[in-house]
Amino acid sequence: MKDMPRPVFLAAGGYTVSLGPGRREFNPRAARPGLDHYIKAAGQAVLAQISDPGLIDEGVIGNFMAARFNRQGHLGSLMTIVHPALEYKPALRVEGACASGGLALATGIKSVLSGLADVVLVMGVEVQNTVKSLYCADYLAGAGYYPGERKDGPAYFFPGVFSQRAGAYAAKVGPALARDAMAHWYRNAVENARLNPEAQEHHNTVPDLLAQGLTPPNPKNFTEHLNLFDCSKVSDGAAAILVASEEGFRRLGLGRRDVVEVVGMGQMAANLTAPPPDLTEMTTCKRAAAQARAMAGIGPQDPGVFEVHDCFTISGLLSVEALGLAEPGGGAERVLDGATARTGRFPMNTGGGLVGYGHPTGASGVRMAVDLWRQLTGRAGAYQVPLAREHGLMVSMGGNDKTVVSLVLRR
Amino acid sequence: MDLDTRLQNVAVVGAAGKMGSGIALLLALEQGYRALERPDQTFILNLIDMNDSGLQALVRYLRDQAAKDGERQINRLRSLFKDRADLVDNQDMVQEFVFEVLLRVRTGRTLDLARESLLVFEAAFETEEVKHAIYKDLAQRCRPEAFFLSNTSSIPLQALAEACAIQGRLIGYHFYNPPAVQKLVEVIQPRDCDPELARLAFELAGLLRKRTVPASDVAGFIGNGHFIRDGLYAIRQVERLSREHGFVPALYMVDRVSRDFLLRPMGIFQLLDYVGIDVFQLITGVMTRYLGEDLRSSLLERYLALGVKGGQGPGGVARPGFLDYRKGRPAAVFDPETKAYLDLDAPWARAAADLLGPLPEPALTWKGLQKDPEAGAKLAAWFRAIQGMDTLGAAMARDHLRASRETGLNLVRQGVAAGPEDVNEVLKLGFFHLYGPINDYAQGERP
Repeated sequence: MKDMPRPVFLAAGGYTVSLGPGRREFNPRAARPGLDHYIKAAGQAVLAQISDPGLIDEGVIGNFMAARFNRQGHLGSLMTIVHPALEYKPALRVEGACASGGLALATGIKSVLSGLADVVLVMGVEVQNTVKSLYCADYLAGAGYYPGERKDGPAYFFPGVFSQRAGAYAAKVGPALARDAMAHWYRNAVENARLNPEAQEHHNTVPDLLAQGLTPPNPKNFTEHLNLFDCSKVSDGAAAILVASEEGFRRLGLGRRDVVEVVGMGQMAANLTAPPPDLTEMTTCKRAAAQARAMAGIGPQDPGVFEVHDCFTISGLLSVEALGLAEPGGGAERVLDGATARTGRFPMNTGGGLVGYGHPTGASGVRMAVDLWRQLTGRAGAYQVPLAREHGLMVSMGGNDKTVVSLVLRR
Repeated sequence: MDLDTRLQNVAVVGAAGKMGSGIALLLALEQGYRALERPDQTFILNLIDMNDSGLQALVRYLRDQAAKDGERQINRLRSLFKDRADLVDNQDMVQEFVFEVLLRVRTGRTLDLARESLLVFEAAFETEEVKHAIYKDLAQRCRPEAFFLSNTSSIPLQALAEACAIQGRLIGYHFYNPPAVQKLVEVIQPRDCDPELARLAFELAGLLRKRTVPASDVAGFIGNGHFIRDGLYAIRQVERLSREHGFVPALYMVDRVSRDFLLRPMGIFQLLDYVGIDVFQLITGVMTRYLGEDLRSSLLERYLALGVKGGQGPGGVARPGFLDYRKGRPAAVFDPETKAYLDLDAPWARAAADLLGPLPEPALTWKGLQKDPEAGAKLAAWFRAIQGMDTLGAAMARDHLRASRETGLNLVRQGVAAGPEDVNEVLKLGFFHLYGPINDYAQGERP
């Protein structure tokens, strides 16, 4: 990828509560809001921050599996319910499994770069609590190679896939160290989520999170190397943010302090039908992040705040290594020494991340961008961290490290 | 003929009832998995009941419960379906399993459906007249090698077998409600029971993941041998307390003591309602007839004459009996004088609770203790505290503990149960009690 041909900015982000098990208001037996509610709520959180919705030129919505979770396709058209001003303008849905939100951002950025749009409303949405988790696992398995992997795969497909990675990692660094680091990742995630009123784990009051995270996995009922606390949640939620040119954000009535600049982007796909080259490395994430940093002209340790795709605690650990913040096999130690905690040198997933905030799959990439934008503009409220450096970096990952979008943002 | 062969053609008579439905479910699931494991064999489950709409509700119940069981056993299904290329998702496999379960179900009103069955379960209404009519009919229709397993909870089996000319082929196989959940089966071998039938009965319990407790062929067996006398004890206590406190507060107090002081899952009158006052009364009739012990209750007759009989409506919703219920919890007490239910959220009920006095500290509940590894020590401390309390509630609790213990010991003395542990096992597994009635909680000197 070449350098950014024109400055592009993110502004006016917002997201909904991540609703699902863990939230007090979640009742699995009661009727719940659907896609419409989340799309409207996240979209209107953006509109509330700008002068005129009519200035939005385009819409992009990231979503993974509404066609199965909600029996709804055609989300590009559906997103116009946010405001009448979106009608008769371009709008489309993009899909790249759990990186759908990241792809929506990349698509919006490219629209602005093309010069055809100055302001793009980028959203992500997923409403997953329409089925039991066993069937949710079926739908999410679509992020793997269905004809080649699903039939002989585990019942809980992706937990099984990442359990293999956790097993390989445990063999590499030692099972006790790996388990301990995953438990610490879980504790950090929930502690951050407790500060974020929209997080699914916000109401979590468990006194000893570490003990919970150390629960031995149950291979008979779940997976060999992951326990339930290692997993991100089944979530309903949406996130939205504006991608704008300088002219675009100024027209919206925003100043430079209200926005962050996209100074680097790495976007790539790997072969879905092939197994990962190394179970203990997230190779595509590593390459995409390197590409984004190269475009931004920064090194691995330059960002002051990070958002990584911790769909499981093991992917959190592997992300630390993929971002170049630890040698291969050194991610566990990095987590244990507190580097990734909110008080550490490389604060990660400060609003809870996927394990703590929740993982409404299609929304997660956009939610990451919103959290970075909040941190870099001082809008993160109770979960704000003091910023030592001016960059933030995010990695939105789809499937087993197959589609990745990485962005470097600067305040 | 081995159990595997017999399980290929099974019937449940009275299948639409509460107990019959549960037994049908257990057998349907067992056959469903067997059908997948042994594709060369044919499995048939005949579900017989006079109630057509009940049978339709049963098929719905089987569908829903088979799906839940398939979901719980998804790894087993994924392994069983590994060669079925058309089944890939969990959902595909669970749906196919549900289809496999329902595929072998035949429903109908006629006992002729059981003609080819090799195991016939019976869970019909608990009267000898009904059971006699069924078994006499089955004796004519069924193959001579067919075995009969009766879910009777009170009727002596030797007499039943003799009256219906099926000696040797009948065994008592008493599930507890709900059969799909409760772990206990009380097995009653009548004198002439074919040893082969007894062996199969225990083997089958293992397959269905049930615990068995043998009981002698004495009316009421162990479960009702204790429960009926416990219920009648409670009624006598109400009658005694009524003189001073009035009937409705007395009933409320006895119920509350048995639940909150004795830490049982339900108060004794709530349990009576759950079983059904009519069913309870039928059982007292059977036991009175066979045991020469007068177990009838004029109070129960009075309630039944007023049409108040408890039990459960569709979906297991509690029907009003001694108590009325809101969201499954006791909310009012029936007053046979005025024929009205008196709300528990009222001054009279608070006054009655005050009369009982406080519970021991720290507070314990049946629910909280269920999975508590230290439940044994906590129960001992709880009852030690009750021993030392000078309140009406503690005194009633002590009396009830002693009466319950005496009833249990009598079952051992009379040879109904082989030993105290069998009595305790039945109350713990079949009634979800935290402790058996034969205990030392109210024995010895009070501190």
